[in-house]
Amino acid sequence: MATYDGFFDTLGLRDWCGTQDSGAPMSMADLLAKSSGADADTSLRDFPFPSLDALHEACSAIPQSRDLTLGLETGFLGIRDALRVVVDPLTQPLSWALENMLWVMTETPWWAMIPILLVITWMVGRSWKVVGFVALVLAGLAFVDHYEVAMQTLAIIFVCAFICVLLGVPIGIAMSRSDRLQGVLTPVLDMLQTLPPFVYLIPLIFLFSVTEPKLYGIAVILYAIVPVVRLTNLGIRLVNPDVIEAADAFGMTKSQKLFGVQIPLALPNIMAGVNQTIMMSLAMVVIASMVSAPGLGILVLRGIRNLELGVGLIAGLGIVVLAIALDRVTKASLARIDASQTSR
Amino acid sequence: MTKKNVKVSIRHLYKIFGADPEGALAKVREGMTKAELLDQTSHVLGLQDINVDMKEGEITVIMGLSGSGKSTLIRHLNRLIEPTAGEVLVNGEDILSWNDAQMRTLRRESMSMVFQNFALLPHRTVLENAGMALATRGKARRDYEDQANKWLDRVGLVGQGEQYPHQLSGGMQQRVGIARALASNSDIMLMDEAFSALDPLIRTDMQNLLLELQDELQKTIIFITHDLDEALKLADHLVILKDGAVVQQGQPQEILLNPADPYIEEFVADINRARVLRVRSVMTDREPDGLVDGEVAPSDNLESIIALAEGNMDRAFRVKSNGETSGYIDMKSVVEALVPRRVDAQD
Repeated sequence: MATYDGFFDTLGLRDWCGTQDSGAPMSMADLLAKSSGADADTSLRDFPFPSLDALHEACSAIPQSRDLTLGLETGFLGIRDALRVVVDPLTQPLSWALENMLWVMTETPWWAMIPILLVITWMVGRSWKVVGFVALVLAGLAFVDHYEVAMQTLAIIFVCAFICVLLGVPIGIAMSRSDRLQGVLTPVLDMLQTLPPFVYLIPLIFLFSVTEPKLYGIAVILYAIVPVVRLTNLGIRLVNPDVIEAADAFGMTKSQKLFGVQIPLALPNIMAGVNQTIMMSLAMVVIASMVSAPGLGILVLRGIRNLELGVGLIAGLGIVVLAIALDRVTKASLARIDASQTSR
Repeated sequence: MTKKNVKVSIRHLYKIFGADPEGALAKVREGMTKAELLDQTSHVLGLQDINVDMKEGEITVIMGLSGSGKSTLIRHLNRLIEPTAGEVLVNGEDILSWNDAQMRTLRRESMSMVFQNFALLPHRTVLENAGMALATRGKARRDYEDQANKWLDRVGLVGQGEQYPHQLSGGMQQRVGIARALASNSDIMLMDEAFSALDPLIRTDMQNLLLELQDELQKTIIFITHDLDEALKLADHLVILKDGAVVQQGQPQEILLNPADPYIEEFVADINRARVLRVRSVMTDREPDGLVDGEVAPSDNLESIIALAEGNMDRAFRVKSNGETSGYIDMKSVVEALVPRRVDAQD
């Protein structure tokens, strides 16, 4: 007999529960109890928490916990097709962008690609030290024949970080202007940031086929967009209210204020957000290799799967140096912006 | 002296901070005081029945201690703060009925502002800051450059146009602030404690600069300060604010000689009266019995008269303005004027 039988009997819910208390063993614990041959009377120590499973034992009308997860799954599968109709065309440009960027960065010969990347580094950071460091990193990776995978990783990061900024900055601006929107979006951002990255992948796999680049693109973007949104919001809220008042007093319109005062003054914070976004997309791109994202992550995954220690370590270190290079470049540009307006 | 036109005028202005200003306003009109209002309804009475006329081409100084509502008051003039009740008339029109576009035009073209903390745009050069008002109207840099440079030169910042604000000292930053206000070519200038953040010597410099500019430009300036010396130095018309209400307003000399209540009396007690009082406030029509020892101007202060008399008590002077005798002044009346008048002694 189940512990909660008496509970349902006293409430007079026995009829609702259904009479046939199925004799089939429901759980491992039941089986064990059966095999040990004793229907030992339950002591107080074993008194179960009224969980779904425990209640189900007493009353079969109450679902088991596994029905909950099962229900979630069937529910998701139910709306999957409808969701796909909407999301698929919306995210198609992401697939194209990723495919094309991967193609460009791997098909361009190394003697053209490396100088191009160095020129970009110079334009962003204006620091020869950083350019030298990036050159060293790229040469090092190429020297150990990791050039192509490194380029694939970079291509994915460039596309995803760009889209994060493209979406994240306007969202952050909207948040800074409306306290209500901030109240709604903050828990969403908290969730995106703390949800284990693997969890993003599961519903995405159901939605798209694993061969599509947008599958990992979306996972990376969802994970990495958080800091740029947060810091844009924060940056704009932190702009000196005196300056905003002056802008008002001289009759600036809202857009003059936004583009002429708020965004430029929030730029150091926004750039810090971009830096974090790039770092987080790099972290996610490794995990995303489980769903066919190319690049260094594949090698890390091979290292784990086949216990190839060397392969995993070299690829892992490759990611580290890539991360340091990206961080130095964005920090250099941040320093450049800071230098032009350190005032307070 | 010709009667000057009233440029900006405030009528029965009330400002109440809190959840239900309208309800609180009714209570204030029934005679509730600031303290009672805060106690019973937790609304703050910011401004209470303010009536001030600001004349064209004059410097109106609004002075009060911190918390007296003076910064709140000046922000009503360009509607950075909306009043609870009352009227703000600019050139006879009630700007409270204006829409956003009209207000923007007013702020861009006829009312500029100078701030206590300068509030320059840190990411723009000094030149771009000075041209901010013009740039806001949609002018390209090459169109406003001349104007901006002209005013930067005028406030003593020749050749600093390409610096960034943080590279300048506080005094120089406020010069940029003034150049920015002047370059907008507005006829009204609001100055919110414009010199309070500067150290005393630089403050004096800036006050002299302002007076010098005012001689030349004849703008309508509304100046906020908590410093009585500064107020007396700059004001054509002085308004003293206490707890959100006007205690006394009028010519500074007038206020100094006839304080309306003990609060103002206490206020003016520490002032160097010899430096502030002018001959015109003390002179009489009565010709002195003895010899006239020299000529003075109506705008001379008493300090200079004492210096001229070399400390002797038996001197008298003729007051001349534009070549005509307008009165006489003797040392007896000078010394009398230096003793503060007690309000209770009058009653």
